[in-house]
This record gives sequence, structure tokens and C-alpha cells, in this order.
Amino acid sequence: MHELAVTQNIVAIVSEKAGKQKVTRVKLEIGMLSAIVPDAIRFCFDVCAQDTLLEGATLEIEEIAGRGKCQHCSEEMQLSLLAGICPCGSRDIVCLAGQELNIIEMEVM
Amino acid sequence: MCTTCGCSDDASPKIVNLQTGNSVSMLSDQDVDTSHHDHSHNHSHSHGHSHDDHDHTHNHVHEHGHDHDHQHTHKVSTTITLEEKILAKNDLLAERNRGWFEGTNILALNLVSAPGAGKTALLERTIKDLQNEFSICVVEGDQATLNDAERIKKTGCPVVQINTGAGCHLDAQMLAAGLKQLNPPRDSVLFIENVGNLVCPALFDLGEKSKVAILSITEGEDKPVKYPHMFRAAEILLLNKIDLLPQLDFDIELCKQYALSVNPKIKIIEISARQGSGLNSWYDWLRKQMRR
Repeated sequence: MHELAVTQNIVAIVSEKAGKQKVTRVKLEIGMLSAIVPDAIRFCFDVCAQDTLLEGATLEIEEIAGRGKCQHCSEEMQLSLLAGICPCGSRDIVCLAGQELNIIEMEVM
Repeated sequence: MCTTCGCSDDASPKIVNLQTGNSVSMLSDQDVDTSHHDHSHNHSHSHGHSHDDHDHTHNHVHEHGHDHDHQHTHKVSTTITLEEKILAKNDLLAERNRGWFEGTNILALNLVSAPGAGKTALLERTIKDLQNEFSICVVEGDQATLNDAERIKKTGCPVVQINTGAGCHLDAQMLAAGLKQLNPPRDSVLFIENVGNLVCPALFDLGEKSKVAILSITEGEDKPVKYPHMFRAAEILLLNKIDLLPQLDFDIELCKQYALSVNPKIKIIEISARQGSGLNSWYDWLRKQMRR
């Protein structure tokens, strides 16, 4: 699914930044509410990395838990879904964290 | 298709302009990068020989007159901080599209739904009812076939079809290429019919003003909570095929509650693209967007 397109983007960005250096490690940050399945990225990564500077590189994924803030009472809470209900009864919750989809760092040789 | 990287000519997006019959293939970044296809390999050979059928003495000395130089150094790895958004490139191209839409006063709407929810039927009807009021153009997205674009063409509306090949969604680059073919006029409405899919199109901004989600009542009322990203990203939800309500066990109030639970601000309109009920509310919403 879309994880293939996302992984192709990861490989393209890292390859560009690496210049001609071999990449040995890539670290990502994926929010648990981002609609991206980390295992699917891991699966696609090995395939997309073949015959690139990233071939054989270790992939590290840090998962970021969902966190939201009620727009009604300003209470902050954990979110396991993109939707939630605040103890005050409001459903108007803004997502503060959990939708990340970033490349944090890479290690080159 | 290349089994190494998954990229292939067959799978690269293709754009067909139904007015001119022009067909353009898009090369993705992966195709341009030919290094994918340099499959290098090394062989090391050991050369030995044996003497089975004759004896001889070796009275010369094997001298090694060369040194083995080790010229490689032990490289130290370096960590480079990137802090880069993975979809930054798409987001950048989407903003370019958005800027162009604003400058030309084009209302671009991204229609998203599961396959078969009635996006094309809604467009056919909308174009028929509003084409004297607005200038309307359509970009059709599907993995394959020109079927939807052919249906739109029959209404007399300019249309291009983007076939995404292996892709499960339109992205901003595909839309930009489609716009070059379509060349929509100023002060018009552009409907972008995305690939029927409730997951991936939510993630890829095209530069549209709003996403319009369409959910047909034959799909089940819990789709908004099953696919929350899509319904959260949409500004308006059209509940289609409402004429079939007497035949189904669809709890319309429960469906609305689910939709509002993932997106408290979503506007919901019940429609039947086939029979026409509720369409005036949809058209009023469109008129309001045009005036904004």
C-alpha cells in the first residue's frame, strides 16, 4: 500500500543527503496515529534499499504515542485513535503528537 | 516490473487527455535513477593446477617480490541529523499546486471514497446541473482504464485521466502533470476524483482547497471509525445512495455520530446522485466555496 511510496521517499531523501557515502543506519520517527505501519516500512525498506547507498543499512524506528488536547477544557490525554472523547464530554480534541513521519538521522561511512 | 526495486515502466503513472487523445507517461524519481538497475557483482577466482602424469622437480625458489599494501583506512561512521519530513517533497509540490489554484481562482476539490461509492455518478450529475453556472474541469484518478474519464467526457466537460499504475493514490506531482494537460480556465471548479481507497489518499496532499468524502450507505455505518484518517481530513461528507435506505439496515444517525466522533467539524449531507435528492444542499455548499 502507501508504505511502499513512503519508503521510496525515505530512500530518495537519504540517498540525496548521503552524496556518495555508504549509509549504515537510518532512524525514523513514526507516530502511532500516522496511518503508517512500521512493520510494512521495514518490509519495504530492504527491497527499496537494494542497489542503493542504503543497501544493508539498519533501520531504526521510534514510535511516538498519540497525545491530544481537548479544545473545550484544555485537558491533555493519551490518544490511541485519531478520535477520542474527553472526560468532559467534548469530542473536539486536537492531536498534539502521534502523526509524525520524519527521518531523524542517518549514519554514514 | 523490476523485482529488485518494484519500479517499472508499466507501473509508472500515465496521463491521458480525453480532448486531444494525448497520452503522457510520467517517470517517477525511481525510474530516473538508473543506478537501481546496475546490479554489480564480484567474482573471486582461485587458480590452481595439478600434475598427475609426470614428475618434475622444482629447484627454483619462489620469490615474492611484491608487497601487499593495505591502502584502506578504517572509516569512522558519522551520524548526520536530518529531522526531515518524509513527505516533504509531496507537501512542497502540493503547496505549489495550491498557490496556482489561488492565483487562478480555481476551486480544487479532492473527492475521496471507497471504490463504488458513487464519485463518478455524483460528478456526472453535478456537471449536468451546474455546467451553465460554473466552468468545470475534472481530473480522474484510477489504477487503470479510461472508463471514468469517458463517462465524464460524455457530459461535455474537459477531463484528463491519470492512471496511477502500481499506485494506490494520486500525489501532488501526478496532479501537477495532469493540470498541464488539462489547462483548466480561471475562475473555475476543478474536481479531482482520487483513486477509490479510504486509506492512502488521506496522506497525500494534492494542494486542494478541501477533501470531499463520499460514503455510500451500502458500505456500512462504521466506515468513519474504521478509516478515521480519511474522514478526519475531509471537510464535508456526502452520504450517497440514500434512496436505497428502505432496502437496507443502515442506521444513518449512528453513521453521522461516528463521522462526528472522528471529525466534530465535518459537514454531512445526505444525497442520492441517482435520484437527485439532497443535491441542492451540495450545490449550495459548492456555491459558498466559490464565493469564499
